[in-house]
Amino acid sequence: MGEYLTLFIGAVVVNNFVLTKFLGLCIFFGISKNLSASVGMGMAVTSVMTMSSILAWIVYFFVLEPLGLTFLTTIVFVVLTASFVQLLELVIKKQAPALYNMWGIYLLLIATNCIVLAVPLLNVESNYSLLKSIVFAIGSGLGFAVAIILMASLREKLVYANVPKPLQGIGIAFILAGMLSLAFLGFAGML
Amino acid sequence: MKEHWQIFSKGLIAENPIFILALSLCPALAVTTTVINGLTMGLTVTFVITTNNVVVSIVRKWVNPKVRVPVYITSIATIVTVAQLVLQAYFPVLYKAMGIYLALVVVFAIILARAEVFASKNGVWKSFLDGFGMGCGFTLAMLTIAVIRELFGAGTILGVPIFGAGYEPMLMMILPPGAFILIGYLVAACKTWNAKQEEKARLAELKAGKEA
Repeated sequence: MGEYLTLFIGAVVVNNFVLTKFLGLCIFFGISKNLSASVGMGMAVTSVMTMSSILAWIVYFFVLEPLGLTFLTTIVFVVLTASFVQLLELVIKKQAPALYNMWGIYLLLIATNCIVLAVPLLNVESNYSLLKSIVFAIGSGLGFAVAIILMASLREKLVYANVPKPLQGIGIAFILAGMLSLAFLGFAGML
Repeated sequence: MKEHWQIFSKGLIAENPIFILALSLCPALAVTTTVINGLTMGLTVTFVITTNNVVVSIVRKWVNPKVRVPVYITSIATIVTVAQLVLQAYFPVLYKAMGIYLALVVVFAIILARAEVFASKNGVWKSFLDGFGMGCGFTLAMLTIAVIRELFGAGTILGVPIFGAGYEPMLMMILPPGAFILIGYLVAACKTWNAKQEEKARLAELKAGKEA
């Protein structure tokens, strides 16, 4: 039990994917202008990442490894996650149009994204069991959600600030992310 | 000739993938702790983007537009796998240092963007130049960031001490926060430079208008 808790906390705060591993930066900076969109994106990333991790784990340990095809991991995982997201989009559009209106646009954005690809890759690289992979994926997704929601709240305050002209837009966003990342370094001693 | 030079050179500064387009930032921050890592990533991306542009421009007539994105992604993933295997075989230390980020070259927005925007509409030679130029611009940006981070964070460049033994390394530059803050300022510097160039061009135009 303790092992899983360590893994989970580690993925959420200590090794936060956005702020210490720089993954998912494109959506992190793109979406965090808007708080409610950030909440939606965080949820979408968490659920997609968990599901695609399960799928990728099954494919890796039941197909690629027995057949000695592990050198194809990158290609297979990219195609797998991208097509899975597309499929999910179709299903949600048909079955739950209300949900689609809320999340549909984010699904398209994460179809080929580094954070969604990185978690399945890290899972098989570290030889996690299926349960561990799921815990790790949920933790990483929540870590992403925490980071993007914090960032969005900060950026909404930024609207009223007097930012020097060259730093406006993406420049100040990076510096803010740096401050957040500095704060998250404080968790490093926790585990 | 001049047209070809323009295709190549626009990726260097005017449309620099990192500083101006703000694409593919993950690697720019993650592997630029030392110059050699930054250079390796830069060269790998140059190889992938150039090869992929050539492949896409060759097959562009036979690819149905409806399935083009999966086709491009498969092509990119194949080329990345080749690069991965070569690095693993000949430069195992660098391969380890790149870690997960090497596999993630597959989803770099800049590579797919060039295939979609340029290579799917242009001939082989032009696509090659475009990819190579973008790759060089990417490498240039990676080197700039890596030199600053290694110089201040460890006091060395390519492992050679610059500041002498008495230098107290600024650890933050190597840690993640330093990378974020540095890129923020570099983006601002690039923006200022571009704005100055535009101002200059505008003034020159005004002057030309007066003389005419």
